[in-house]
Amino acid sequence: MDIRLHHINKQFDEKQVLKDVNMTIVEGDIYCIMGASGAGKTTLVNILMGIIKQDAGEITGMNKRKIAAVFQEDRLIEHWDAVKNILLVCNKSMDESKVKDALEEVGLKDHLKKPVMDLSGGMRRRVAVVRALMADSELIIMDEPFKGLDEALKQQMIQYVKKRTKGKTVILITHDKEEALGLNAKIISILS
Amino acid sequence: MIRMKKIINLKNNRFKILAVCFWFLLWEVGSRVVDQEILLASPTEVLLTLLELCREIDFWVTIFFSSKRIVTGFLLALCIGTFWAVLSYKSRLVYELVTPFIKVVKATPVASFIILALIWISSKNLSVLISFFMVVPVIFSNVLQGLNATDEKLLQMAKVYRLNNLKKIKAIYIPSILPYLISAVSVGMGLGFKAGIAAEVIGIPANSIGQRMYEAKLYLMTKELFAWSLVIILISILFEKAILIIIHTLYKEHIQKLRELNRK
Repeated sequence: MDIRLHHINKQFDEKQVLKDVNMTIVEGDIYCIMGASGAGKTTLVNILMGIIKQDAGEITGMNKRKIAAVFQEDRLIEHWDAVKNILLVCNKSMDESKVKDALEEVGLKDHLKKPVMDLSGGMRRRVAVVRALMADSELIIMDEPFKGLDEALKQQMIQYVKKRTKGKTVILITHDKEEALGLNAKIISILS
Repeated sequence: MIRMKKIINLKNNRFKILAVCFWFLLWEVGSRVVDQEILLASPTEVLLTLLELCREIDFWVTIFFSSKRIVTGFLLALCIGTFWAVLSYKSRLVYELVTPFIKVVKATPVASFIILALIWISSKNLSVLISFFMVVPVIFSNVLQGLNATDEKLLQMAKVYRLNNLKKIKAIYIPSILPYLISAVSVGMGLGFKAGIAAEVIGIPANSIGQRMYEAKLYLMTKELFAWSLVIILISILFEKAILIIIHTLYKEHIQKLRELNRK
């Protein structure tokens, strides 16, 4: 089922962040939301995730949809290791070895059992991405998932995300057109 | 690095021992200056009296009787205080309902509670009720503070990923509450013993530390009075450490890593 946003408005104090936003997210496609800083990209995905509520407008097609997310901040359990963080959001049936394999694939083989607070920013970001991709979900929302990664790692992660999200609906926020192109994503621009 | 830590620990312990010695010495000097055993017994005499008391079976029975009741009151306060804090965190109505009670209990002098409680219950169980009343506000306030300090962003993450309550408690709430709970246990245990013994001194139940202290005061046995005070301090510390060891064992992993996190 497609996700439709009808006339979404959101205001914080005096500032109108989203004004009459309309869009359709087709099931199984990858979308990149692009726009200048402060244009309301994060606000829009926060509304989709149910973290904040829109002032006006309606969203259809989100009912009981399982969501996985990479937030702007990593939002990991700091004193837990990467494997434990990922298993937290997975189904009981998820095999620990699969999680370890996924982490090894993104270059975290030697850091599986370290508390995430001991990992670098780029490593933590990769853990957050793997967490979103391993969770049982129908919609994956990623807010600047490749932030803080060097170019080579970014390309590796783009390929990893592309491979792991086949057939899934993905909404990604980025400032980088290269990321959108790398993922063959449809681009949605939000104007300030 | 480990050697360095050992040296620092040794230094710290040396200072602690020196501080204790200083206060004992001051006590000794004070008792010699006063030179009246009835007013101020010397630490040596108090320790000798304590050793004598240790040989009596009654001494251990008395400690068991008082500790059992005070610790029961403390554990009840730990369970009920935590339960109320969780309910208050979840419901504004419960918070508004419980808060006046907690405030009144906090502001009421222990002696008023003891005298009132003596009207309602037998002196035998008085220390259970009094230690409960004195500890419950400490537990309630600290646990609620810990819950209110829970990372909102992690709760949003849990909401998006639809984590069940058990996972939320384990991953988010317990790490948030633990530092507050440990502090509440440390403060609460001492408070429970102080209030519980005060209740026993007024209620004078048989075979209690309070009764022994009352008698010591009545017959001007100052050495015994000091010795029993020392016993109260020691068992209060002992139980506090025991409960903290249980918490540390249960949440060893959380505590170690939270400490590292705080250091960062």
